Amino acid sequence: MPKLTVDGIEVDVEDGATVLQACEEAGAEIPRFCYHERLSIAGNCRMCLVDMERAPKPIASCAMPAGEGMVISTKSERVKKAREGVMEFLLVNHPLDCPICDQGGECDLQDQAMGYGHDASRYAENKRAVSEKYMGPLIKTVMTRCIHCTRCVRFSTEVAGVTDLGAIGRGENVEITTYLEKTIASELSANVIDLCPVGALTSRPYAFVARPWELIKVESIDVMDAMGANIRIDARGNQVMRVLPRLNEDINEEWISDKARYAIDGLRRQRLDKPYLRGKDGRLHPASWDDAFTAIAARLKKTKADKMAAIAGDQIDGEAMFALKSLFDKLGSPHMDCRQDGAKLSAKTRASYLFNTTIAGIDEADTILIIGSNPRIEAPVMNARIRRNYLHGRTPIAHLGTAADLTYPVEHLGDDISVLEQLAAGKHTFAKLMKKAKKPMVIIGMGALRRADGQAVMALMHQLAETTNMVNKDWNGFNVLHHAAARVAGLDMGFVPGKGGKDVAGILDGAAKGAIDFVWLLGADELDTSRLEQAFVVYQGHHGDKGAQCADVVLPGAAWAEKDGLYVNFEGRPQMARRAAFPPGDAREDWAIIRAFSERINKTLSFDNLAELREEMVAGVPVFANLDEVVPAKWGKFGKSGKLKGEPVEAGLATFYMTCAISRASETMAECYSATKADKSVMAAE
Amino acid sequence: MLADKDRIFTNIYGWGDAGLKGAQARGDWDNTKAILARGHDDIVEEMKTSGLRGRGGAGFPTGLKWSFMPKEVGARPHYLVVNADESEPGTCKDRDIIRHEPHKLIEGCLVAGFAMRAHTAYIYIRGEFFNEGKVLQAAIDEAYDAGLLGKNAAGSGWDFDVYLQRGAGAYICGEETALIESLEGKKGQPRLKPPFPAGVGLYGCPTTVNNVESIAVAPTILRRGGAWFAGLGKENNTGTKLFCISGHVNKPCNVEEEMGIPLKELIEKHAGGVRGGWDNLLAIIPGGSSTPLMPKEVCETMTMDFDALREAGTGLGTAGIIVMDKSTDIVRAIARLSYFYKHESCGQCTPCREGTGWMWRMMDRMVRGEAEIHEIETLEQVTRQVEGHTICALGDAAAWPIQGLIKHFRPEIERRIMAHQAVTNAAE
Repeated sequence: MPKLTVDGIEVDVEDGATVLQACEEAGAEIPRFCYHERLSIAGNCRMCLVDMERAPKPIASCAMPAGEGMVISTKSERVKKAREGVMEFLLVNHPLDCPICDQGGECDLQDQAMGYGHDASRYAENKRAVSEKYMGPLIKTVMTRCIHCTRCVRFSTEVAGVTDLGAIGRGENVEITTYLEKTIASELSANVIDLCPVGALTSRPYAFVARPWELIKVESIDVMDAMGANIRIDARGNQVMRVLPRLNEDINEEWISDKARYAIDGLRRQRLDKPYLRGKDGRLHPASWDDAFTAIAARLKKTKADKMAAIAGDQIDGEAMFALKSLFDKLGSPHMDCRQDGAKLSAKTRASYLFNTTIAGIDEADTILIIGSNPRIEAPVMNARIRRNYLHGRTPIAHLGTAADLTYPVEHLGDDISVLEQLAAGKHTFAKLMKKAKKPMVIIGMGALRRADGQAVMALMHQLAETTNMVNKDWNGFNVLHHAAARVAGLDMGFVPGKGGKDVAGILDGAAKGAIDFVWLLGADELDTSRLEQAFVVYQGHHGDKGAQCADVVLPGAAWAEKDGLYVNFEGRPQMARRAAFPPGDAREDWAIIRAFSERINKTLSFDNLAELREEMVAGVPVFANLDEVVPAKWGKFGKSGKLKGEPVEAGLATFYMTCAISRASETMAECYSATKADKSVMAAE
Repeated sequence: MLADKDRIFTNIYGWGDAGLKGAQARGDWDNTKAILARGHDDIVEEMKTSGLRGRGGAGFPTGLKWSFMPKEVGARPHYLVVNADESEPGTCKDRDIIRHEPHKLIEGCLVAGFAMRAHTAYIYIRGEFFNEGKVLQAAIDEAYDAGLLGKNAAGSGWDFDVYLQRGAGAYICGEETALIESLEGKKGQPRLKPPFPAGVGLYGCPTTVNNVESIAVAPTILRRGGAWFAGLGKENNTGTKLFCISGHVNKPCNVEEEMGIPLKELIEKHAGGVRGGWDNLLAIIPGGSSTPLMPKEVCETMTMDFDALREAGTGLGTAGIIVMDKSTDIVRAIARLSYFYKHESCGQCTPCREGTGWMWRMMDRMVRGEAEIHEIETLEQVTRQVEGHTICALGDAAAWPIQGLIKHFRPEIERRIMAHQAVTNAAE
C-alpha cells in the first residue's frame, strides 16, 4: 500500500496502482486519451504528464507505478505547459470538422481541448490527410481524425482476440488499418467506436442520424443473448436510435456485442402494428382488437383444456410469461413450455440450469471445459472473460463440440458425445486435469442439451461435477450457457409442462396429430411451424416472423425496448429492462394483452396493473425480488442416465448475426452476415 | 595526445588481420579464462573502478549499469544485448570496430555476459552494415571453432552463445527498448520505462543493452586494470574514446583519443585541420546529429568530454564530430537533420509524431526565409514542447539541433526572413 502525496494531499493506493489512479484518488483530474482501465497501458498520447519530485522531466502518470513517498504535482506550471503542448500537437493534424463529426458532443478531444487547448492555432502548414479504411458495415472511419491512441488496436488484440486491426507506417504516416480493408472478424468489434476518443471510428448505421443532446437515455438490459448485458438505449421521439453499453463489473464490464448494439434497426421493420385475423382466403387481414379477441374466445370455447397449449419465445419478459402462465393455469391446461429448442432442462433444481460460477467467477477458474457451445457466438462478451482468464493464467481449456475459433487456444476433444462418458468416468486426461484443479469449471451449451439424449447428458454432467469436486462450499463450477434471454425466468416461474403436460416436442406432435387444437405462441418463432398447420394458432409478438405467418390470430405485442420487463440472465440474476419507446400502432404491452383477454373469457386475472402483477410474481418466485443480484442456487440431483445417441455435438448457435425476430428484421445484421460470409469466401478463394 | 601503448583499438584502421589469429597477436582472447575466474562481481567492480561511461551517447556508467542486473538468476535467464545499430548521423566508430576489431567485441560479450550472469548475447546489427555483418559472423564462427564461445567458453566453465541479428535499418531501433522490441520480432517502438530492461527486458527477462564500443573496451580494461583506464582522461570522464571526425576537415577519420582532449587539437592533429584553416570554421556538432551545434567561439576552448560539453549546452553523445566551415548553409544543414528525425520518428507518441513534422516544415520554410520573425519564437517553443515529453529520447534528439541553431544563429535566420520579405515586398 504505497502512500503518495498528490498536490499536497496524502493518498494510500493499492499495490500495483499507477500514479494516474493515485491522482484520481486524490481528486486531481488527469486528462488522457490512450489510457483505458481495461486495456494494456500504451502511454503514447502523453496527455497525462504530471510532475514528480526529483524527476528531471514530467512523467506519464498512466504508465508510472505508484511508489512509496512519491510527491506528485498536477498543477505546476510545467504540467500545465506540457498538457497544452500535447494538446496543441494533437490538434495540429486534427481536422476542424466538429460540426460534421458524429463524435461531436461526446468527444474526448473536443472536451479536453476546451480545458487545455489554445484558442487559436499556430500551425500554419498543411494538415495531414489520411485515406479512409473500410472496417466493415458497423464502423465508419474518418481516419484523418485519428490521434493514434491505439485503443482500438489494443481492444481488438487483447479483448476481442482478433489481430485484424493494427498500425502501419512510421512517424506522421502511422495509420490505423485493417490491413486488407476487410470487416473486423469479431462479435465485439463495435466497441472500438466507444473506445475511440475522437471521431475517427464512428457508428456507420448511426452516421449523421442524431446528436447526443437530442436523445433520451434509458438504462436497460440487452436481450440479444442471455447474458443480460447492461445497456443504455438512446431514443429520439418514439424511435430507438442507438444502444450503448453501461458499466456493470459483474456482467459485461463495459462491452456489448455487435448484435446488442446494432440489431435495433430491426425494431423499425416487419413490425406487427395491428391485430390480424386469417380470413377464408387463407390470408391475414387487419382486424380490431375486439374482433381478434372474439375469434380467440370463440375458438377457446370449443376447445377442451387438455387440447390447449402455450409456448413462450426467447425474448419474452417475465411479466408476460407469468400472465400467460396464470391464464393457462386458470384454463386448466398443463401444456406449456418455454424451451423452444427442446433443451432437456428441468425446472426442479435451479442449479441445474444456471451459470452457477457467475460471469465474474470466470476470472477465478483454473480449468475450463466447454461442451456443446460456441460461447464466442452465444455470449461474446462472456467469451472475452474466458479469453482474459486464459491470457492471465494460460488456463487449460477443452472444447467438446463443433470445432471453432474461440479466440483462445483450446484442446479440442472432437464432437463425439461418447467423450462425455470418458470424462464423467474420470478416464479422460482432461478429467484428470479437472480433478487436480482447485476451481474447475464446465460450460454446457444448448447444443448438448437440446438433443434427444439431453437427460442422459445432464446425468453425466452431474457425475462429472461430483467426481471432479466441482461443487463445494466456495465454488460451483457447473454452468449452463443459455442464449435465450427469457429462458431462465421461464424456468424459474415454471413455464414448463405441468402434471401430464406436453413439452414443445409433444405440443408440436400433438398439433400435427390432432391431440392439440389450440396453440398460443408468445413471441415464439424458433419452431417448426409447419407442424402447427392443423391447430388454431394465436401468435402474440412484435415481428411478422415465422410464428406470425402460421397464425390464425395475430396479437401485436411490444418488443423488449418498448416495455418495462423483468429478465433473468443465465447466472440467475433478475434485471429490469426499461421502456425506451412505445410500441407502434395498436400494439400493446404483452401482459396487458393477456390480462385484457382473460377478462373477455371470464377468467379475469387477479392483477390490474404491472405492480400488482409483479407482486404476485414475486410471491410465487421469490428470487425475482433480488433485482441485480445472484442468489447462489442449491446443488441437487438432476438428469436421468440413459443411452447416448450417436449424433455429433453441435454448438448452441451456428451463426451470430441473425438469431431472433429482431435481428432477422435488421438490415445492419443482414449486412454483417453477408460481409462475414463474403470475407470467408474471399479467403477460401485465396 | 594518447600514447600508442595506451591505445585499445590497435587495428581500428584495418592495417592488420581482423581474424582470430591477428586479434590474438594483438592480445585479444589472451587468457580470458583468468578474467572470468575473478568472478561476476569482481568484474563489475573493476568496471566501476575504470569509470567507463557508456559509449552509445547517454554516458551512463557502464559498471553501474551491469550491477543493476539481478544478483541471482531466477526462473528467467539473463541476456546481454549489444547495440550495433549505429545510425546516428556523423557516427561510424562501431562500424570500424566490427570491421577491424570484431574479436574485441566478441570477447567483450563473453566477459560482460559473464559479469551479468548471462549465457546469451545478441548483437543487433544495423541492416545496412551488410559486409560488417559478414565479418562479424565470420569472427563469431571462428570463436566457436576455437572453443572461445559455446559450451565451456574459453575454458572458463561458463557456457556462452553469441547470436548476430540484423536490423532493417530503422534509426529508432538503436533506442534500447525499441531494439529489444525489434529483436523480439515486433515493430521497433520504444517501450515505456519503468520497467527498465534490467528488470524486464528481452522476452521479459533481465537484460542489459550496451553499445559496441562499451563492450569492446571491457576486456582490455579488465586486463590492464580499471585504475589504468581511470588514469587516462579527466575525472569522471575517464579513459579513451573513439572520435569520428567528419565534414569540412581535410582528413576525416576515426581516431582513438583520451577523453577531455581539446576539440581544436583533435581536429588539427588527427583530421588535418578545418578545410581552409581554423578561421574558416563556422560551427561544430560535437556528438552526432542530435547534439546542439557549437559556434566557432565555443569550439576554441572546448574539451571533448561529457561534462564540459554538457556545461556548454550540448553533449558528447557518440562523439560523432561534424565540422562545418563557412561555406555551410547552416539553416539548411539543421533543416536536413529535422527531416531525418521526422522521417525516423516511430509515430508512437504524440509530441514526436506531430512535433517532428511541424518542426521540419517550419525549418524548411526558414531555409528560404518564408516565415515571420515571430515564428522563430514559435519554433523554439515547439522544440520545448517536444523535449522531455516523449517516450524515448528521439523527441529530444529532434529538438536539440534546432535549439542550438536558434541559440547561436538566430541573426542568420532573421536575415533570411527579412531578405525574403524584402523580395516579396518589392515584387508587390
